[in-house]
Amino acid sequence: MTTDALHDCVLGQSHGQSVLFVPKDRYIATLRKLVDDSYTMCVDLTAVDFLTHPGRTLPEAITPERFEIVVNLLSMRDRTRLRLRTQVSEADASIDSAFDLYPGTEAMEREVFDMFGITFNGHPDLTRILMPEDWDGHPLRKDYSQGRIPVQFKGSAS
Amino acid sequence: MSDLLSTVVSAGTFEGNQELRSRSELTAKEVMREVGAVLRMSEADVALLAEVEADPGEDQTMIINMGPQHPSTHGVLRLMLELKGETVLRCKPIIGYLHTGMEKTGESLTFMQGGTNVTRMDYASPLNNELVFSMATEKLLGIDGDIPERAVWMRMLLSEMNRMSSHLLFMASNGMDIGAVSMMLYGWREREEVLRFFQKVTGLRMNHNFIRPGGVAADLPAGWRDDVLEILEMLGPRLDEYDTLMTGQPIWRERLQGVGVITRDEAIALGATGPILRSTGLAWDLRRDMPYLNYKDVDFDVIVGSYGDAFDRYAIRLAEIRESMRIVRQILDKMPGGDYRIQNKKVTPPPRARIDESMEALIHHFKIFTEGFKVPEGEVYVAIESPRGEIGCYIASDGSATPYRMHVRAPSFVNVQALPHMMRGGLVADAVAVISSVDPVLGEVDR
Repeated sequence: MTTDALHDCVLGQSHGQSVLFVPKDRYIATLRKLVDDSYTMCVDLTAVDFLTHPGRTLPEAITPERFEIVVNLLSMRDRTRLRLRTQVSEADASIDSAFDLYPGTEAMEREVFDMFGITFNGHPDLTRILMPEDWDGHPLRKDYSQGRIPVQFKGSAS
Repeated sequence: MSDLLSTVVSAGTFEGNQELRSRSELTAKEVMREVGAVLRMSEADVALLAEVEADPGEDQTMIINMGPQHPSTHGVLRLMLELKGETVLRCKPIIGYLHTGMEKTGESLTFMQGGTNVTRMDYASPLNNELVFSMATEKLLGIDGDIPERAVWMRMLLSEMNRMSSHLLFMASNGMDIGAVSMMLYGWREREEVLRFFQKVTGLRMNHNFIRPGGVAADLPAGWRDDVLEILEMLGPRLDEYDTLMTGQPIWRERLQGVGVITRDEAIALGATGPILRSTGLAWDLRRDMPYLNYKDVDFDVIVGSYGDAFDRYAIRLAEIRESMRIVRQILDKMPGGDYRIQNKKVTPPPRARIDESMEALIHHFKIFTEGFKVPEGEVYVAIESPRGEIGCYIASDGSATPYRMHVRAPSFVNVQALPHMMRGGLVADAVAVISSVDPVLGEVDR
C-alpha cells in the first residue's frame, strides 16, 4: 500500500480511492480540518468488526484494532471523496461523536452503536435505532451468532 | 475477559429511550438537547431556535403516534409527533420495524448470491441496488474496466427504466397521500408497463438479481427495442396528462407549495441527497458530477428546484422521468452488440451448452455456484445515483468468497432523518405531504 500524508495522518489508496487513517484521539480534530477542506457532506458512517480477520492490509504505522470506524466524506466543490478509517479497540469501544460537525451522522452513529456496541461520546440521543430497545447484544459483531433453524431430515435418527 | 464481557453487555443493554418523551419527564436543558438531536442541528443552531421553543407547557401539547401502520407512512415508519393544536412542535421518526438483518445476511452469502439480498433493500428500484453491489464487487476484483460495452449500456438502460418506474410509483403514492386518488391508479398503471418490460428481460417484475458481478445475467430478448419504444411513446402523453391533472391545479399547488421546506445548507448538513438536495437548487447528480457507467456519453439535464418544498420535489421527479426517457432514447441508438458479460472464467460460469459437452465446464459451473469466486482482500466504496439519492455500497473483503462486511448506504435511511426538520412548525395535515415528498422505501431504511 503506497502511502502519503494529509493533516499528519497516513493517506493511502485503495482501488484508486483515497483512504485516510486517522488516530482515534485526533478523529474530531481531523474532521474539523476536512470540513474546511470543503468536505462538507458526510455521506456515510459505518464500522467493521475485524475480530476474525486481524491480518488485514494496513500501512505500517497503523496498529490494527478490533473495530474500525469508516467515514465516507464528499466534497461537492472538488467532486472528490475521502474515506476515513479509525481504529477502535475492543477494550475501549468508544469514539467522539461527529454530530456537531455533521448533524446527518446522528442516525448513522446510532446504527453503529446498535449494531456494533461502539459508543459515541457526546452523541445527543444514543439509543438503539433498528433493533428493539430490549435487545441483547450487537448483531453485526462477528462473535454474535447468526442462529439457525434446525432441519430435520426424513428417516434420520434424530 | 469476563470483566470485558460484562462491560460490553452492560453497555449493550442500556438502551435509553427510543421514544419521544413528554415534556414533564424532561428538564428544559434536555428538551433543548433532544430538539437538537431530533432536528439534527448543532447546539448553536438550536440556541437560535430559543424563541420558537418558548415552553408551551405540557398541558398544551400532545404526543401522538403516526404509524407504524398509518397508510401514508409508506410501510412501517412510525412518527411520534408532539402537537400543539394542529401544529407539529417536535417529531421523531422511529424505525426498525422492517429490520431483517440484511447486512448480516450479506456476510454469509457469496458475491454471486449477494445480489438476491441487496435487491430486496430498496424494492422500488431493485436494479440500482444490484448495480451498486456489482460495481463494488467488480472494483474489488479489479475488473471494473473490463465489463463489455453491451453490458454497460444494458445496465444503463435498466437503471434508467427503473428510475422511471420508481418515480411513477412516487407519482402514484404522492397522489394518493394528497388525495388525488385517481392519480394513484394512473401511476400504478404506467409503472406496470415498465415492470412488464422488466419481466420480459429479467423474468421477474421485482427483485431481479439480473445485474451481477461481471455483467448481466442474460442478453436482451428479441423485440426489446420495440417494447422500449412502445413504453416511451405511451409515457410521453401520459406525463402531459399528469401535468394537466396535477401540476397546474390550484388544490394540488396549495397542498404542496411551501410545505416541508429545507434549505441547501440544511440538506447538505443532514446528508440528504437525490431530489431533496436538488429541490434546494443545488445541481448535484452523481450521473453528471461523478459519472459512472457511460453517463458521460449521454446528454441529459439535472433538474433543480428553487424553494426546497414538497412541490419542487414532486416537479423534479416528474421532470426526471422525462430526462430518463431522453437518456433511454439515446441508449437505444447507442446500444452496441457483443457480449453481455465478461469472459473471465473466474467470475462467469460457462454457458449452458458447454456443460453438456465438457466435464470441466460442469465442475467449474458447480464450483462457481456452490463455493462462489474468491475476491481479493481489500475494501471499497462505490456510489451511484438511485431514484432516491446516493446509494452506496461499502464492501470489506478478507479474500474469501463472501464479503467480510457488506454495508449499503441507503438514501432513504438518511433522508428520513430530515423529516423532523421539514415538519417542524407545520401542520399535522401537511405531515403526510412531507413524508410522501421524501419518498422513503422502508425496506431500505431498515434493511
